[in-house]
Amino acid sequence: MAAMAFVRRLTAKHNFWAIATLVLLLAYNLISNPHFFSISVRDGHLYGSIVDILNRASPLMIIAMGLTLVIATHGIDISVGAVVAISGAVAAAMIGGELVLSGGTGMEDVTQYPLPLVIAGALGVSLLCGMWNGALVSMIGMQPIIATLILLGTGRGVAQLITHGQIVTIYYSPYYELGNGFVLGVPFSLFIVATVAIALLLLTRRTALGLFIEAIGINPLASRLTGVRARSITFAVYAVCGLCAGIAGLIVSSNVKSADGNNAGLLFELDAILAVVLGGTSLTGGKFYLLGSILGALLIQTLTTTIYAAGVAPEVTLVVKGVVVLAVSILQSERIQILIGAGAAGRGGPAR
Amino acid sequence: MTRRSGLALLLHHKLLPLAVTIVLFGVMYGAGAYLFEGFLSLQVFLNFFIDNAFLAVTAIGMTFVILSGGIDLSVGSVIALTTMVSATLVEHHGWSPTLVIPLVLAMGSAIGLVMGLVIHYFRVQSFIVTLAGMFLARGLCYVISIDSITIENSFYTEISSFRIPLPFDTSITANVIVAFVMLAIAVYLAHFTRFGRTVYAIGGNEQSALLMGLPVARTKVLVYTFNGFCSALAGVVFTFYMLSGYGLHAQGMELDAIAAVVIGGTLLTGGSGYVVGTMFGVLIYGTIQTIISFEGSLSSWWTKIVIGLLLLAFCLLQRAFARTRRA
Repeated sequence: MAAMAFVRRLTAKHNFWAIATLVLLLAYNLISNPHFFSISVRDGHLYGSIVDILNRASPLMIIAMGLTLVIATHGIDISVGAVVAISGAVAAAMIGGELVLSGGTGMEDVTQYPLPLVIAGALGVSLLCGMWNGALVSMIGMQPIIATLILLGTGRGVAQLITHGQIVTIYYSPYYELGNGFVLGVPFSLFIVATVAIALLLLTRRTALGLFIEAIGINPLASRLTGVRARSITFAVYAVCGLCAGIAGLIVSSNVKSADGNNAGLLFELDAILAVVLGGTSLTGGKFYLLGSILGALLIQTLTTTIYAAGVAPEVTLVVKGVVVLAVSILQSERIQILIGAGAAGRGGPAR
Repeated sequence: MTRRSGLALLLHHKLLPLAVTIVLFGVMYGAGAYLFEGFLSLQVFLNFFIDNAFLAVTAIGMTFVILSGGIDLSVGSVIALTTMVSATLVEHHGWSPTLVIPLVLAMGSAIGLVMGLVIHYFRVQSFIVTLAGMFLARGLCYVISIDSITIENSFYTEISSFRIPLPFDTSITANVIVAFVMLAIAVYLAHFTRFGRTVYAIGGNEQSALLMGLPVARTKVLVYTFNGFCSALAGVVFTFYMLSGYGLHAQGMELDAIAAVVIGGTLLTGGSGYVVGTMFGVLIYGTIQTIISFEGSLSSWWTKIVIGLLLLAFCLLQRAFARTRRA
């Protein structure tokens, strides 16, 4: 009986299933590839499957954190993929330039603007996209799904206009560092993830902001009556989500050294939503878990890597992800929660 | 004072959104006719229907979903899946089209049915369920094949090139007939059946509909099933139009369909709107598309941007209506 209670308490933890699945996936990888966990140092950089997964998951981790805040207010943002494309397109357009071959080393760095300005420009536009969503939702009172659907549709069109419908290649090596560089042997993108995570955690857990966000998600009317500035906070949350998507867009475009308005960040919105719900944040708003979302993003990337390694077409993961989103949303639904609760009570289990 | 109440009366009229849509269509069509030579030909007008028959069919299904207060994001993917399943069964497995078409229609309805059941019985928000359905259907396309499959079956190519002649040297395709038959069925369903009245009632206020003893559960599930059927039928129409199956077909069509419905005057909150309005929404979409292609220098991406902005404008308009109505 004590063991049962222990199991029940364990499985009731918000991120139990995510951790369990991650452990299972890692165990499977270890069996199929004994070198899976080995990390070697080459040219002073860390190399290995685990480092690779962490590096590749970084754009998703950043977007998932931004989206977590939006979902916590009982909202949704399905435009993140489009913002990823816009951010990359702006950066590529600002760098501009064409390939200039130089002596033995290959190409010369070409850019119209210095790197900080490029980054500021791309992030500025992404922030504007987020603020646009936020304004539609908080000030005009549009349903979040429709407000962000508009940007999902038109955003790619805007990205195409910026890149003139072409894939723009970037010939500027400092920009490559964002997604491919190493600092102290660790991928640079992980430092970006850590910075975003620390900033958001400080903002939401060291101030009352996190509590306000949860209050809005649980009951917007009640939160407003208690003096929470629901409108401004909702607006800010969408703006932050846009900014996060912009940062991820920089990493993605730096990774592939180009900007593709059509395919950059395509279907990212599903991965991001999946990461958030796997991390334990409910789609109905309220309590949120930033670190859980990072865990969810890692789980998704591990799954993708595993499917690649197993030799299955990567597009098939879409089916798996679709099924998982459906299953998780059903499990989180009130109906099932009541059923589980009734079951536990019926068996005379200890009430928490 | 009288003028103000007259204005209020106008704003309260339930036909107003539809009137706005029809006026907008008239203005845009007039602008196109004024700006471009040859725009004002009957064939150009008929091409609105020929090139957007699939959009009309899927938007008709979407109208019912939005009228009931829900949303369906899976329509584009279901269209893609339909083209893919049709193409692979006909081309790679040698099935007869007379068998394949009923099969894909049943498949689309089944997808809608499952989503409807989950939405109603588990009380999951419709956009989450249909978003999952959207990715699932796209993923299934890629399970069948990553590449595009061209259809060379004679039945498909014949229907595709089949033209019904009309006066003044113009013609339409079989797809247009399908769209208009669907429109007639949908108008009948919405305005002359118990099912239609229940859909409006649910969209108006689900709780009240339940208390009135209306079959809310059955109707809600049926609405999503009907929309799944419409998406699959749109997929069949799309297959005739494109003569290929491809996982990237109809990418982003959900936005177009929702836009056509909302521009057509249906309230996003449900309970108010007309199927005929949706047809005008599709016509406005066709006009924008044609103006941009007549212009020549504008990229086709502008269609997406303009339709997104129009959707936005109509959403704002709806908020304004809702406010004056509450006031």
